[in-house]
Amino acid sequence: MTKKPNLVFISPFLSFLKRKQEKRDIHIQDRLFYFFLKGLSWSLIFLFFYMLIVIFQMSWPAFSHFGMKFFVNAEWNSWTKNFGALSLIYGTAVTSFLALLLAVPVSVGVALFLNELSPAWLARPIGFIVEMLAAVPSIVYGLWGLFVLAPILRDYIQSFLSKYLSFLPVFQGNYYGVGMMCGGVILAIMIIPTVSSICREVFRTIPESNREAVLGLGTTRWEMLKIAVLKGSSTGIIGAVIMGLGRALGETMAVTMVIGNAISIKASLFEPAQTMASILANQYAEADNELHLASLTAVGFSLFCLSLIINILALLLVWRMEKKFYPKGNSKKNNVLSLRKVKV
Amino acid sequence: MYFQESDKRVLILRSFCFILILACLFPVVSQGRPGGATRPKKPLLINGAGASFPYILYSKWFLEYRKVAPDIMINYRSIGSGGGIRQFLTGTLDFGATDVPMQKEQIEKSKKEILHLPTALGAVVVSYNLNLPKEGTIRLTGQVLADIYMGKIKKWNHQKISEINPGVPLPDQNIVPIYRADGSGTTAVFTEYLGQFSKNWIEKVGKGKSVNWVTGIGGKGNEGVMGLIQKVPGSIGYLAMSYAVNRKLPMANIQNMSGHFVKASIHTVKTSAKQILKKTNDLFHPLVVAKGADVYPMSSYTYLIVYKEMFSIKGQALVQFLNWSLGAGQNFCEQLHYISLPPAVVQEVKNKVRSIKVVDDDKKT
Repeated sequence: MTKKPNLVFISPFLSFLKRKQEKRDIHIQDRLFYFFLKGLSWSLIFLFFYMLIVIFQMSWPAFSHFGMKFFVNAEWNSWTKNFGALSLIYGTAVTSFLALLLAVPVSVGVALFLNELSPAWLARPIGFIVEMLAAVPSIVYGLWGLFVLAPILRDYIQSFLSKYLSFLPVFQGNYYGVGMMCGGVILAIMIIPTVSSICREVFRTIPESNREAVLGLGTTRWEMLKIAVLKGSSTGIIGAVIMGLGRALGETMAVTMVIGNAISIKASLFEPAQTMASILANQYAEADNELHLASLTAVGFSLFCLSLIINILALLLVWRMEKKFYPKGNSKKNNVLSLRKVKV
Repeated sequence: MYFQESDKRVLILRSFCFILILACLFPVVSQGRPGGATRPKKPLLINGAGASFPYILYSKWFLEYRKVAPDIMINYRSIGSGGGIRQFLTGTLDFGATDVPMQKEQIEKSKKEILHLPTALGAVVVSYNLNLPKEGTIRLTGQVLADIYMGKIKKWNHQKISEINPGVPLPDQNIVPIYRADGSGTTAVFTEYLGQFSKNWIEKVGKGKSVNWVTGIGGKGNEGVMGLIQKVPGSIGYLAMSYAVNRKLPMANIQNMSGHFVKASIHTVKTSAKQILKKTNDLFHPLVVAKGADVYPMSSYTYLIVYKEMFSIKGQALVQFLNWSLGAGQNFCEQLHYISLPPAVVQEVKNKVRSIKVVDDDKKT
């Protein structure tokens, strides 16, 4: 009678010993390798939170000095030391939105063509080249944008827009080539590879049988794509778009070269502006005033949090998409994963 | 379990690991070797960082100085004046470099006395993109420039510009002001100059390395400003003289404090430094206020910052280098499009270098 509670008390310990016994059976090499890899993974997680904390600490003087007004103050004046992020947030939002507007139709189209329509001999080189766009350094995009794209935009596109569409507030005023529009176009080119390759992944998750079933109903190819592929993967496409948005928000060098770098909030896309990332690239190295530095870091911190939220959102959407067609345990991917787990 | 699949892979992996470990150990082993017959003595390393403007000159100097004194190696990273000052104050660096003298509060914060040593001169020029007859350059006053950058003068044929440019066919074209968007000493010189002429400017825009621009487009770096000037018709912008000379951009003649319109050149910049030193005996005084018939107003020194008290080995090496840079080093300035210090200034800086105290290591506190 008295022994029983004792056993209950030590049973976790017993099972621990038992587990240890089991573990000893496995090769020591494998254990070491396992811990090595585990350490690497944890160090990344540690690094991430460490960065977050340090950046927050460095930006604390700005947050405590300006309070929440920091995000609604449109002024960024290093002479009077009055810093607010509103104009930067505006510049970031407008350029990123413009980039999505231009990039999403193109990337979804490219992904559809490569996955569903094009013959394999064509799909491979085109897909490769589209993905190579992501490998071009962003300073190269920036210089190309400044010396090639901006004059083209000014002479052919902006002159046309301001002539015929100047009743719209977004196409008013003087145009110089560089400005929010140029920034948006450069960003669009830069996020096309990201969005299109995720879209391709998403389209791949749709089972072949779905397509066959729709075709079996006597639809045309276009209708099949619309019903089986596009509708089925709408969540995934949104995920891809948000992923692209995440990239556009943080893009620095290319945008800095072409956006015109002016602290202002204006409706016209021809006007120069400043993004959260570009002001960091511009002013961080030479900021010698404490509050200026803290305010810049605060912008960096906000950008960090913003991209974090956006990326999490995108991942959640893409994952939901995968689950839709491959519910727990049934998916090919999960099977592979579980097999691997057994081995280790 | 995986590894048994192919022994070859294991072999490759192991040999790779072995090589990796060897590579990691090699420096340790080779350093520990007595005598070091194959390798020369490890040079004394001096670390510096800061302004990007003098980077080309400094790297040339450090390279050339290696030939003079092979056992001293000086490292310089161009991380910006702000970063240079911060790292210098925290003690990470042996010397810093800045285009603008440190602010008073920063100097007071430091416990040790700090010396600013001018090493070279730099000039800021105003360039523009206009279709003018080749020989014609335009003339600009500080007041007109301030009005352009505050958006008060919007057209090239504005009365205020044509008044000071008689005979120049100025077009009826919009002016697009272009500025440095990144913090820079170039902006500091430009705004310091404009601030002398317009009180409104100081209130609205300010003075310093990054200011509150009210109109215009910003370019990143000298090359960004240069690209914008070249690509935007009707634009006007300021940049370091070497960029404008290299690219053969037109340079406006600028009015100085005594009312003369002066073209930027090595001679006119040197004269301004000479004139200020004679008048104020001060190496910090802004050069933009210099007066005279051949004084170009928009120029400034670039400085090295060192502590007045330094420890023996490094301190001696640094003092030696500083003396070399003020002597033979000055000859490299012009070929790299910097402006060397006039003799009177060199003498003054040499006096400052002489005041550096080299303390023995054992007296370290």
